[in-house]
Amino acid sequence: MSLKLVVGLDGHSTGEKALAHAQKMAEKSDGAEMVAVYVIEWSPFTFQTAEENAQRHKRREEEISTAMERVVTPAVEKMTAAGLSVKGMVRHGNVADVLDDIAKAESADQIIVGRSSDNGLTSRIFGSATGNLVMSASVPVTVVV
Amino acid sequence: MNMITKLLAALGAVIMASPAMAQEAMSLDAKVNEAFANSTGWFVSFIFAPIPGTSFPWIVMWLVIGASVFTIYFAFVQFRFFGHAISLVKGDYSDPNDAGEVSHFQALATALSGTVGLGNIAGVAVAVGIGGPGATFWMILAGLLGMASKFTECTLGVKYRNEYPDGSVSGGPMYYMSKGFDELGLPGGKILAVLFSIFCILGAFGGGNMFQANQAHAQITQITGDYPGWITGIIFAAVVFAVIVGGIKSIAKVTEKVVPFMGLMYVGAAAIVLIVNYDMIGWAFGQIFAGAFTGLGVAGGMVGALIQGFKRAAFSNEAGVGSAAIAHSAVKTKEPITEGFVSLLEPLIDTVVICTMTALVIVISQQLIIDEATGNYMLNEAGSAIATVDGNSGVALTSAAFGSAISWFPFVLAIAVILFAFSTMISWSYYGLKAWTYLFGEGQTTELVFKVIFCIFIVIGAAASLGPVIDFSDAAIFAMAVVNITALYFLMKLVRAELVSYSDRLKAGVIKKFDH
Repeated sequence: MSLKLVVGLDGHSTGEKALAHAQKMAEKSDGAEMVAVYVIEWSPFTFQTAEENAQRHKRREEEISTAMERVVTPAVEKMTAAGLSVKGMVRHGNVADVLDDIAKAESADQIIVGRSSDNGLTSRIFGSATGNLVMSASVPVTVVV
Repeated sequence: MNMITKLLAALGAVIMASPAMAQEAMSLDAKVNEAFANSTGWFVSFIFAPIPGTSFPWIVMWLVIGASVFTIYFAFVQFRFFGHAISLVKGDYSDPNDAGEVSHFQALATALSGTVGLGNIAGVAVAVGIGGPGATFWMILAGLLGMASKFTECTLGVKYRNEYPDGSVSGGPMYYMSKGFDELGLPGGKILAVLFSIFCILGAFGGGNMFQANQAHAQITQITGDYPGWITGIIFAAVVFAVIVGGIKSIAKVTEKVVPFMGLMYVGAAAIVLIVNYDMIGWAFGQIFAGAFTGLGVAGGMVGALIQGFKRAAFSNEAGVGSAAIAHSAVKTKEPITEGFVSLLEPLIDTVVICTMTALVIVISQQLIIDEATGNYMLNEAGSAIATVDGNSGVALTSAAFGSAISWFPFVLAIAVILFAFSTMISWSYYGLKAWTYLFGEGQTTELVFKVIFCIFIVIGAAASLGPVIDFSDAAIFAMAVVNITALYFLMKLVRAELVSYSDRLKAGVIKKFDH
């Protein structure tokens, strides 16, 4: 069975590093597949105004197309140019949960992410996305520094 | 059409009254008050006209019958699907592929922030102040029945909303009235939709605006001492204007985040008062039950208690009014009925839990004066309400009740009232706007006209005295219910078809929980 990798993109250099590492691993293995994912942080349990709700569907489409255009498509193009088999995805939700869900759904062998760039009070209390992923993932996780 | 012309004339008279403000600062409030009472009085007396030969307003009967019919027609859906409603809100049935859309929780929270507010704090005090503790019993009953009305209207709201090519949505009773009636081949849907929209605009100006401004001002003066209401009105109007016209989202965002915490804090404080006085809870419930059936000396006796309870419940949770259908219609779901299930939690949280806690605090704090000799409540000099320790009514009564147990709480309550008032105004400005654009079409100018009028009404509401404002607010909101419930009777079979199909699939296991 060929190697399948899920890579977490974040639109920053940390995501780039994760992608580069995944590329290196994939090139070593014949017929490796890659899933490049950008997660838009979102929770179903927030409070919004009626107007925000009415606009939500439109905003969601906009968010997805912007993320596709700016982050995912360039990454996919880069990997395709390197001769790798890759597909891109944009999802809403909790970063750690979504990456793990995708890894399960795609029967991936490994998740590759960059070290979290988020800091501050929230991550001190609830942990960073990467930290949470490492704690809860159902497949091996590589954290790229 | 005669009625519409009259309504518009009344509206015009109210707006015309505002330039008179510049004249004398001292008598300004009095003038606004007088002009307001004169121009809206006929409308109020029509809505609250008693059933001939009784003192029972027909409108209260209308709401209760509506809620009871829906409860029976849907075979106590509010109890049968209560657990399922909780699962839906938790997201057990949400498709992960829809992540990023409006969730059931968000739609519920938005609708709640429009209803949880002054109705729960000031409205309950008005009910208990006039109808005695017994009003609470009827309020709870109305809340439980109202869950079925909410279920019906919110299911239809999602089913018949408009989805525009740009991805935004507009929904509410005006849409299910026109589209639903067309689907059934019934005439008159359009007329009902127009009538509803007119009343919804008035309701937005009344209960969703003036009542809020009025009670927020009352609460502020409790702390700062008396000053003219129009000052508060102008400040509020300026902030609301900044949000709805200026598009300053940050203010709305802050409120939307703070309000839920305020709500929890309010419930928490009520719980503390109840725990401290735990030995009196039994007595308070005794008063509530005794009062429900005897009145314990209140004006109008048992019927007086019942009317107040039902009126305040309807005003607080808005079941059958149709406003929630506007708020809930934004949710993303393939099954409109799921939003109906979620919405039936609203009257429960709003009325059965929060309103009851307020009522218990007021009763337990013994702000209402009891005649030692008879055990009945004493009436005030006018004989219109129960005498209170400091002669308080409305939000001031709630404040005094909490203050007697937690001395600093009136300050927190003042902030809560201001924020609740503000978030309710923002919600209702949206409901009113949807009705307005339904009538006059979408477009920047028409929207701006509505928003400016909305802000003018804030000033009027803060300046007028409680009586006329509360009467007009009630009348406008209940007028919405007249049209809405009429439409619901015709459309309820559509909801039943959805309910039967959904519960069959749920039982057969076709509708499954998603793995999360």
